[in-house]
Amino acid sequence: MTDTPLDHIRNFAIIAHIDHGKSTLADRLIQATGGLSAREMTEQVLDSMELEKERGITIKAQTVRLTYQAKNGQTYVLNLMDTPGHVDFAYEVSRSLAACEGSLLVVDASQGVEAQTLANVYQAIEANHEIVPVLNKIDLPAAEPDRVKQQIEDVIGLDASDAVMISAKTGLNIEGVLEALVHRLPPPKGDAKAPLTALLVDSWYDQYLGVVILVRVKDGRLKRGQRIRMMAKGSVHTVDQVGVFTPRMIPTDDLGPGEMGYITAAIKTVADCNVGDTITDDRVPATQALPGFKPSIPVVWCGLYPVDADDFEKLRESLGKLRLNDASFHYEAETSAALGFGFRCGFLGLLHLEIIQERLSREFDLDLIATAPSVVYRVHRTNGTSEELHNPADMPDPSVIDHIEEPWIKATIMVPDDYLGAVLTLCNDRRGQQADLTYVGNRAMAVYRLPLNEVVFDFYDRLKSVSRGYASFDYQMDGYADSELVRISILVNGDPVDALSFIAHRSAAEARGRSICAKLKDLIPKQLFKIAIQAAIGSRVIARETISALSKDVTAKCYGGDISRKRKLLEKQKEGKKRMRQFGKVEIPQSAFLAALKMDA
Amino acid sequence: MEPLALYIHWPFCLAKCPYCDFNSHVRERIDQHRFAAALRAELAWEAARLGRRPMASIFFGGGTPSLMDAQTVADLIEDARRLFDPLPDLEITLEANPTSVEAARLAAFRQAGVNRISLGVQSLKAESLTMLGRQHSADQAIAALERARKIFPRVSFDLIYARPGQSEAAWRAELRQALALASDHLSLYQLTIEPGTAFFTSHARGDIVLPDDDTAAALYDATAEEAGKFGLLPYEVSNYARPGSESRHNLAYWRYGDYAGIGPGAHGRVSVDGALLATRRHRAPEPWAERVERDGHGSTDEVPVASDERAREMLLMGLRLTEGIDEARFFTRTGIHLDAALDADILARALEADYLARDNGCLRATPEGRKRLDSLLGALVA
Ligand SMILES: Nc1nc2c(ncn2[C@@H]2O[C@H](COP(=O)(O)OP(=O)(O)OP(=O)(O)O)[C@@H](O)[C@H]2O)c(=O)[nH]1
Ligand SMILES: C[S@@+](CC[C@H](N)C(=O)[O-])C[C@H]1O[C@@H](n2cnc3c(N)ncnc32)[C@H](O)[C@@H]1O
Ligand code: SF4
Ligand SMILES: [Mg+2]
Repeated sequence: MTDTPLDHIRNFAIIAHIDHGKSTLADRLIQATGGLSAREMTEQVLDSMELEKERGITIKAQTVRLTYQAKNGQTYVLNLMDTPGHVDFAYEVSRSLAACEGSLLVVDASQGVEAQTLANVYQAIEANHEIVPVLNKIDLPAAEPDRVKQQIEDVIGLDASDAVMISAKTGLNIEGVLEALVHRLPPPKGDAKAPLTALLVDSWYDQYLGVVILVRVKDGRLKRGQRIRMMAKGSVHTVDQVGVFTPRMIPTDDLGPGEMGYITAAIKTVADCNVGDTITDDRVPATQALPGFKPSIPVVWCGLYPVDADDFEKLRESLGKLRLNDASFHYEAETSAALGFGFRCGFLGLLHLEIIQERLSREFDLDLIATAPSVVYRVHRTNGTSEELHNPADMPDPSVIDHIEEPWIKATIMVPDDYLGAVLTLCNDRRGQQADLTYVGNRAMAVYRLPLNEVVFDFYDRLKSVSRGYASFDYQMDGYADSELVRISILVNGDPVDALSFIAHRSAAEARGRSICAKLKDLIPKQLFKIAIQAAIGSRVIARETISALSKDVTAKCYGGDISRKRKLLEKQKEGKKRMRQFGKVEIPQSAFLAALKMDA
Repeated sequence: MEPLALYIHWPFCLAKCPYCDFNSHVRERIDQHRFAAALRAELAWEAARLGRRPMASIFFGGGTPSLMDAQTVADLIEDARRLFDPLPDLEITLEANPTSVEAARLAAFRQAGVNRISLGVQSLKAESLTMLGRQHSADQAIAALERARKIFPRVSFDLIYARPGQSEAAWRAELRQALALASDHLSLYQLTIEPGTAFFTSHARGDIVLPDDDTAAALYDATAEEAGKFGLLPYEVSNYARPGSESRHNLAYWRYGDYAGIGPGAHGRVSVDGALLATRRHRAPEPWAERVERDGHGSTDEVPVASDERAREMLLMGLRLTEGIDEARFFTRTGIHLDAALDADILARALEADYLARDNGCLRATPEGRKRLDSLLGALVA
């Protein structure tokens, strides 16, 4: 089944800004080539995760093998990779690009080039991709294909004269996309006779199949029964199953050069499966591994703790399985005075953090407490040593600190002229420094340097709200700089709750301390005893709130009746309490942790 | 030996009140003879297995026991007196609804031996009685009350307050009117939304909105204040009496004494052979009667209450009382020292916050503690 000659294979990624229609285009391509029947088709069929469907966004890249009979009478194999658009999932995009030779750059013809369009196209250029621009949503009355073509040429420098004009929604000109894929993208290179090299692109845990690996074969053949070796890791496995996605999983005998598909190989330890590793034949190994991927560097860290301390091992196992499916997510064990055993986890952004937390609770049925998110600071001690600080609770005593550096980013923001003022104000409020301001038609492109700390919590939400959703945003890390930073601890009934402490710039510390105390006052329900909440820098209290005791809670009528039932209720209440974590003898609901730290403007 | 408190349940009512989750049923026709015979049979069965023992009180509860034939009440009292050893001041209470029909029969109940009546007045306001789905008017209730006071040595009545939209001033006024009609005992309950009632559904839909906690707390404090002016003191969360006029039967529950429960759905706690048994009867009236007719009793299951469970139950009941829990009695009834049943840290904080007081060998909840008793218990029991 996979003896396709190389020149009849095309491997491509669909890249775009968020919501420009990648997944919808994938639907149409699957449909047009008969991958799924009309009955099997759903909207954005590749967004198979419940969360993706609910939020209408792609989180995981997905692969499908299409068979297309072109107008020239030849049949081609098209391996499609649909990628996410949100900046937090950029690692998915970069790995997909490494597995392909070309990209469809989808641009919404009514919105034009946005921040993520730029970010993704630059990645594709860096991956040496042939790029076919596709103007989508031309069915919309607001579509301005000519203006957007011009924009693509001006801003990106790509020739857009033969951009494919389509509507993924109505199915207009899907044929044009398929023909462009065949005629404008290069076929893969490879040698069927050479020793096997296959790139480990992605992996996940399947309840029935165990670990499943997504591969792109470069040279040689990957066969059922073959002994394979992970070149970097050194582990050896026997291939159980080989197959392709149509998007259903269809077993085949082997995968030839240039092909994409999956294998299973009774891999037990998640650690044996590192994306970017090269798979080779154990008996006839390749000498040179494939380039692999740049490791992703988390920019936001937070602690994840099981609500029920007994779930620690389950959490460890679940994190392992999830990490298999998301190499951009990092974790290591840690302990907290208030929360006991848990993990410090690194993410590419706050949406990523939220998604991982949701997946852990849905896919693994875990109740979790997330501690205040933090960026990575560099602490330089007076004795000349320095260290990376991932957890505000680990900040050394100010007396031994010489200085602290915080990470900065370079943000590119594209926004219609009307909202530019509001966006600039937001950036300035967040200690931003303007680096550039240019215009593309009536859209402004502002480049700002901003401290990452000011961006991770809610910058994106604020940006969307001050621009009524019209601004788009992308960023890159841009070094470290000295800063006046202080740790703010939160005390509940006088006990510091390490999970709530955070680091802020001195100029913002008091305001944020006050706002968090006020938020906690709303988030923590009244309890039997009154509760004091304080924010402090060192021993200096900068804000305080008191939650008064609940005023009444007693069963009015209670006599002979069923005391057993009342007793059992009490016992259940008691059991529930035991599993609740207490902070300064106060129950803080899980939801309070993250919510408290989303600062308001 | 613990004296016995005897509870007898009559499971029928004229109509089902929308707030009520008691084991009460509405029937087109009630076979009085059948249920009378079954109650008497079950009482005999219970007495046989308990053996003779002192008896301090009898309580006819419901449902609406004032719908029972007076003869049945008389027969049951006579049986009980014969089967147990009644204490000289045996208290015999009957719950009555203040409709005119029932009021007309009060004398017959007195004749049967009832010496204390508890009337379900619920409110003195016409629109509230309608809202509560009651079958009587305020005037009928007042008439029944005045009549009862002439017939019975002891009279109590029930009111439900903290009703939707009720202001503190309105409640104080209604309560003062009630206190003027009261003799030496009142039960004043805040409206509770119980699962499985019509109100539960309306409440879930938002059609009924209860006062918030702060308002409920203020109403509660106002209640004690007004009742106090008339010499009625709170001796339990919702019960107010002139000292010495407390309901002895209900005190037995709260002091975690022995009580036997006869009739559909009745619960009991009885000492048998050194164990404390939790007893329970079939809830549905007709199947209960069939069981009694077949087996001599309608008991569903009886389980000994373990020592730690007894401790929790005694705390649950005892801290409702103003007098609190006698530590020595706690140990006798549960086999556990009071301190071992409590979370020491919460105890200390609750004492400090003035939710609890401990003196003269007693632990008791203060008025502030009683107001928050459910939360307090949740934290306090070890
Ligand atoms: N009018 C119109 N709407 C479209 C078209 N293509 C996609 N959409 C709509 O645009 C929205 C986003 O489409 P998706 O396909 O989920 O976009 P995406 O690029 O995959 O989004 P992410 O994966 O989250 O980056 C959906 O509501 C689609 O129905 C089109 O050609 N015309
Ligand atoms: C066994 S019940 C009913 C006695 C009698 N059938 C009557 O209705 O008058 C005893 C008392 O509990 C109170 N009660 C019942 N349900 C209640 C509720 N949901 N909330 C507050 N009090 C309630 C009423 O005051 C009622 O009189
Ligand atoms: S409140 Fe009394 S009358 Fe109304 S249903 Fe309940 S038991 Fe019957
Ligand atoms: Mg998508």
